[in-house]
Amino acid sequence: MINYGLSRLSSMLASRQISSVELTQLFLERIQRYNPSTNAFITLNEAASLEAAAQADMRLADGNAAPLTGIPIAHKDIFCTEGWRTTCGSKMLENFIAPYDAHIITQCKQAGMVNLGKTNMDEFAMGSSNETSYFGAVSNPWDLAAVPGGSSGGSAAAVAARLAPVATGSDTGGSIRQPAALTGITGLKPTYGVVSRYGMIAFASSLDQAGPMAKSAEDCALLMNVLAGFDARDSTSLERQTEDYTRLLDQPLAGLKIGLPREFFAAGLSDEVARSVEAALDEYRKLGAQTVEISLPNSSLSIPVYYVLAPAEASTNLSRFDGVRYGYRAPNYDDLDDMYEKTRAQGFGAEVKRRIMIGTYVLSHGYYDAYYLQAQKIRRLIAQDFTQAFTQCDVIMGPTTPDTAFNRGEKTDDPVAMYLSDIYTIAVNLAGLPGMSIPCGLDHRNRPTGLQLIGNYFSEAHLLGIAHQFQQATDWHERMPDAFRG
Amino acid sequence: MTQWEIVVGLEVHAQLSTQTKIFSGASTAFGADPNTQACAVDLALPGVLPVLNRGAVERAIRLGLAIGAPINRRSVFARKNYFYPDLPKGYQISQMDEPIVQGGSLLISTASGEKLIRITRAHLEEDAGKSLHGEAPGLTGIDLNRAGVPLLEIVSEPDLRSAAEAVAYARTLHNLVMWLDICDGNMQEGSFRCDANVSVRPVGSTTLGTRCEIKNLNSFRFLERAIDYEARRQIELLEEGNRIRQETRLYDADKDETRTMRSKEDAFDYRYFPDPDLLPVVISDAWIARTEADMPELPWRLRARLVAQYGLSDYDAGILTSVRVMAEYFEQMVLASGGAAKQCANWMTGELLAALNRNELAFSANPISAGQLGLLILRVQDGTVSGKLGKTVFEALWQGEGSVDEIIAARGLRQVSDSGAISAMIAEVLAKFPAQVAEYRAGKEKMLGFLVGQVMKASQGKANPQQLNEMLIEQLGRPSHPD
Repeated sequence: MINYGLSRLSSMLASRQISSVELTQLFLERIQRYNPSTNAFITLNEAASLEAAAQADMRLADGNAAPLTGIPIAHKDIFCTEGWRTTCGSKMLENFIAPYDAHIITQCKQAGMVNLGKTNMDEFAMGSSNETSYFGAVSNPWDLAAVPGGSSGGSAAAVAARLAPVATGSDTGGSIRQPAALTGITGLKPTYGVVSRYGMIAFASSLDQAGPMAKSAEDCALLMNVLAGFDARDSTSLERQTEDYTRLLDQPLAGLKIGLPREFFAAGLSDEVARSVEAALDEYRKLGAQTVEISLPNSSLSIPVYYVLAPAEASTNLSRFDGVRYGYRAPNYDDLDDMYEKTRAQGFGAEVKRRIMIGTYVLSHGYYDAYYLQAQKIRRLIAQDFTQAFTQCDVIMGPTTPDTAFNRGEKTDDPVAMYLSDIYTIAVNLAGLPGMSIPCGLDHRNRPTGLQLIGNYFSEAHLLGIAHQFQQATDWHERMPDAFRG
Repeated sequence: MTQWEIVVGLEVHAQLSTQTKIFSGASTAFGADPNTQACAVDLALPGVLPVLNRGAVERAIRLGLAIGAPINRRSVFARKNYFYPDLPKGYQISQMDEPIVQGGSLLISTASGEKLIRITRAHLEEDAGKSLHGEAPGLTGIDLNRAGVPLLEIVSEPDLRSAAEAVAYARTLHNLVMWLDICDGNMQEGSFRCDANVSVRPVGSTTLGTRCEIKNLNSFRFLERAIDYEARRQIELLEEGNRIRQETRLYDADKDETRTMRSKEDAFDYRYFPDPDLLPVVISDAWIARTEADMPELPWRLRARLVAQYGLSDYDAGILTSVRVMAEYFEQMVLASGGAAKQCANWMTGELLAALNRNELAFSANPISAGQLGLLILRVQDGTVSGKLGKTVFEALWQGEGSVDEIIAARGLRQVSDSGAISAMIAEVLAKFPAQVAEYRAGKEKMLGFLVGQVMKASQGKANPQQLNEMLIEQLGRPSHPD
């Protein structure tokens, strides 16, 4: 049952073959058993989970259930969850109990979904390996020595190890897609503005976007129906007609034009990932799609642009963590400035501090034009590259990451090498486009590879359909790590 | 010896009169218990986001239209970054490069006539909270009720040349923001605060001297005294051969002096950049047109109209347009009085303002309606009551004894114009005071006043005075002139 998709679990719940309490217990037991090895969850509250499951069962019995009522879900610990500790992976919020629900938590609650627990993540979503979490690194279920990617590493590991049927993540530069690729699951970063950011602890406001992480594209589509929608509390939330993200799942791919950016298949891409991506593209050709080479000439500038803009926004987004109103405060200090300095020196980890310093620097008087403004200009050029590309193709495909999962500790001393693992995903955030990662193979060490799909604005339903058709023809998404089968 | 010229520019923070805060739904009402009007957004909890209150934008547009300024069709909110305990996000949302109002001017009256003061810009921003010292020993309390209250910062050019001009400008602006209904103008509660940039230079010089900024002047008196003090301080320094250091200073009202708060060297780098949580504010022509249609007649236009249309003196028109409710009251009163504009102006600037002053009431707390006061003027004009007894009616109206006509009837104040009745009263008085009558007839014309007074007294003040006068003279006959 741990491998069942959401629609199957949903019909079992609807027909009372299983109760939500039983399903929740099943996953809570798996978490008890496997969390010590994966460290996928930071906070559990079994009583609250079971209470929510019991409520869902009542709803199911009353006949007013929504499609995902009773389905357990794991939430990235970046989403404020009323009454739950919400840490964002940081010592700064180690004891912060959120007094309100993020918009997507409300949406999930209203849908009758059951919160299984809060998943581990890189501190304040800053990282690509989940090693910057104050609550310890997360292991990749495929190989416990490997990282699961980041920053949504806990959610990715939870779904990959079948500790949760589905999870939420957030993606600022690849934080859904990169861990999805490294753990062999499916993840979608929606178009910027489709999912409300209200209650999602901000990293880089103009790039952050929440999305689903699941075993399949179909499950992502079902969860998107819950997550997406206008929210007046987020000024960047887009007011659009409600759409059914499952509506194009069965659309055939004949005539689909896939653009392959030559910059994504150049030096830096590992042979093994390249081979599995090529194999996936062959599969698409068999399904009736054709491929065409395209160019994203400015994509090589994505990483430098991102590492100006994201830290700039982060440096001020994180100013509120000052020890005054909530969160960590240094125990001993001399005066106000000393309190600020010690609180932030002790409360933030090294990567967060590095980005606050970079961000503060690029916004400083005398440097602003050269860094921040220049980066904004290039950001527009990067977005224009995609606009141009979508005149030649319907969807862009390529590798999600240059390589498969690396080992813990392998890149921690080399931030730039770590940053390069997001080289193919970052441009998508800069342009605000939707992007997905779907599993497309395993390397010689049995570590998953990911295929990235990039669509035009608001093409999520189309992307999900393109991914679903692939998953109908292949079984990569059904593979799971042996160690977690029991 | 060098003659010095004082150069002043003002930055005014007007708190906008919206019900809720500029980026949250919390109330802006003044005086609540600490932190009872601070919601999750105001507390800057993790994950919260700002949503712009369009009412604040609307009010900024009103000011822009009133001062003849271009309204930027696109304006941008920026983050101004600094750490302070009463600044919950660690940045203030303000506007930097693209403010909502850019330009405009305000005409002020000075000792040497009218003067046009140019306005540089007006931008929207949120207020910070308050630090409370001394509530508990060794601790500082934070009250975030004020955090997120909308402010319009209105910046003038350095066009003011004295403390008196600065006060005239501040008063004109203060009147205007209240006139436009965008700010309650309450200076004690901090709804209208001034920062003054002061410099001095030798008369005839065209370059600006080094300026000092004096912060948080919350009364016109302090504004005037702080500028006077600061200008004197700078002149003394320069005359002793010293230089002025650019700095921010605070005015100490108790000592009547300004002192250093921080020098330019410790100025913050605020690292302004566009707030990515807020979209640029786009103002359509239609929005501006709607706002314009909704604007009250501007005070200086109304003042000119009162002079032209009602023949009022410019002085009276100035008083009547100092507060918008007064001008509205005046026009309603004129209508009710049957067009007796001058009498209405006299009664308003005389009786009514005196009574309000005596009772320390604001005009808006005036207990007499414009309709009733206008009717009273009409009753005086049409002879129903005498002007003198009109004042008695006014007192009764003030006390809430009823309507004008009810009071006249209840108190029997109707003027007596019946010549028979007056004639009888005259006869009675002439009989009672033969000596005075004789004196009058012997040429002592002063006695007429005495006799008029006696008849009026006999009528309990109700006799029509003009009629009484004419009839008394007739009945006394012409006095004989001693030759």
